[in-house]
Amino acid sequence: MSGERGFAGNSGRSLDEGSRAAPLLQVRGLTKRYGARLGCGDVAFDLWPGEVMGIVGESGSGKSTLLNCLAGHLAPDAGQVIFATRDRGPVDTVTLPEPERRMLGRTDWAFVHQNPRDGLRMAVTAGGNVGERLMAVGARNYGAIRTSALDWLGRVEIAADRIDDRPTAFSGGMQQRLQIARNLVTGPRLVFMDEPTGGLDVSVQARLLDLLRGLVRRMGLSAIIVTHDLAVVRLLADRLMVMKDGQVVESGLTDQVLDDPQHAYTQLLVSSVLQV
Amino acid sequence: MTDYNFAYLDEQTKRMIRRALLKAVAIPGYQVPFASREMPMPYGWGTGGVQVTAACLTPEDVLKVIDQGADDTTNAVSIRAFFQRTAGVATTTQTGAASIIQTRHRIPEHPLTEGQILVYQVPIPEPLRFLEPRETETRKMHALEDYGLMHVKLYEDIARHGAIATAYAYPVKVEGRYVMDPSPIPKFDNPKLSDCPALQLFGAGREQRIYALPPWTRVVSLDFEDFPFEPSKAQHDCALCGAAGSYLDEVIVDDAGGRMFVCSDTDYCATRQAAGHRVTEAAS
Repeated sequence: MSGERGFAGNSGRSLDEGSRAAPLLQVRGLTKRYGARLGCGDVAFDLWPGEVMGIVGESGSGKSTLLNCLAGHLAPDAGQVIFATRDRGPVDTVTLPEPERRMLGRTDWAFVHQNPRDGLRMAVTAGGNVGERLMAVGARNYGAIRTSALDWLGRVEIAADRIDDRPTAFSGGMQQRLQIARNLVTGPRLVFMDEPTGGLDVSVQARLLDLLRGLVRRMGLSAIIVTHDLAVVRLLADRLMVMKDGQVVESGLTDQVLDDPQHAYTQLLVSSVLQV
Repeated sequence: MTDYNFAYLDEQTKRMIRRALLKAVAIPGYQVPFASREMPMPYGWGTGGVQVTAACLTPEDVLKVIDQGADDTTNAVSIRAFFQRTAGVATTTQTGAASIIQTRHRIPEHPLTEGQILVYQVPIPEPLRFLEPRETETRKMHALEDYGLMHVKLYEDIARHGAIATAYAYPVKVEGRYVMDPSPIPKFDNPKLSDCPALQLFGAGREQRIYALPPWTRVVSLDFEDFPFEPSKAQHDCALCGAAGSYLDEVIVDDAGGRMFVCSDTDYCATRQAAGHRVTEAAS
């Protein structure tokens, strides 16, 4: 962890209120190996309520491995992921029983995939997609499910008359927005995003980023965003972690890291961006 | 009968199936894997049901076989003949007189009693199959009671058709735990699954699964608060026996679009007709 500088406390906003009490997510010594190769090694950080953290790095640097370990999709070989649950306080989600981890996965956590096809049910209508998490946590009133599906489609700027269309009839940007609605409907506190703007053209990207920024700020969400797009983290993230070869090489406040990169790789990364 | 062991299957196979049955009865609604055998009939013709029946049959049993409610269709006739030849057991078409009833797609109208065994033929035992194709995942969903997806299917029905359009193989929850496919019986029959005095066994031969409902098990059809479960049938009386409360088959009677509705349960209809319930030509 060279180049550890800023502390999240400076990033203003929601960190002023009560969030100093306890971090939402504490990661300690998280390691995942694929045989002899390292997926991610000895990653440690704290995420505070309302904070958005970006993880950047080139392809194969272990960003997605790290995210999947955090979200419980992959079992790490070592380390702890301690999440501050609503009712029981800090819990190590790595050793949490599978039913409880799944319950977290459909209540307090959300996971936005890079490819909406991975996160959506393509054969199910938009309304059903949004309603699934509600039904999974016990909603049994069709009218109420439908109302909140409509509400969420509105929030992600999908017209109400598309509620009974399948995602296959949606454009890529709409699919991604639908995926976000489907994930946020249960009011999660922590959102994992894997390249949420990947594969979208720039104008659609801009709208999506705008939307995400609005949702994150309004709902006070904490988020961990994996991306290789520095513009995305500049817009969304309070704090930044730079990964290379499975290791975190630099971390700090987003603007600090991007404007004054210390590690050679970060300098390369920042200078690789075309200035227009 | 010397050519075959009693009821066709060898004793070791029956023992294996009985073990699976015991486990299935112990965990109502849970799908127990079993080593399904090749049977002298194609998959889809009731190989699972036949194996379960074979494992349950004793020489004293009286067997009834129904196919879509009828005792006289191909499937019913051939399975009944199969056990007459290989087990030499008595057979009947009367629901009340049978000790084992193998059925496809129906539960008899005549109320079942304690001591009877109802054996269902099941094509696809996994209620989540068409929603989640991975078997590893569906097993995990059952283990974790992760059944939100089942309601997504019902939601889709309402969104698309304005009502729950699933008319057969309507998913049920057993004793508040396992979601179960009741085999392709019409949803009209679903209420009969619950608190049934008879033992209900389900055999899926191709999919190699056995599950069961012990007598007096609570079985609830899934639904929404504002779209409750409704058993449905054709809005007619039987054209032969006049029964108003039985499940009806629609029969096309001529090339001019003429049709009649008759009881799908032939034994029930015949018994009622014998008891004098007849619809006269003039009345129909």
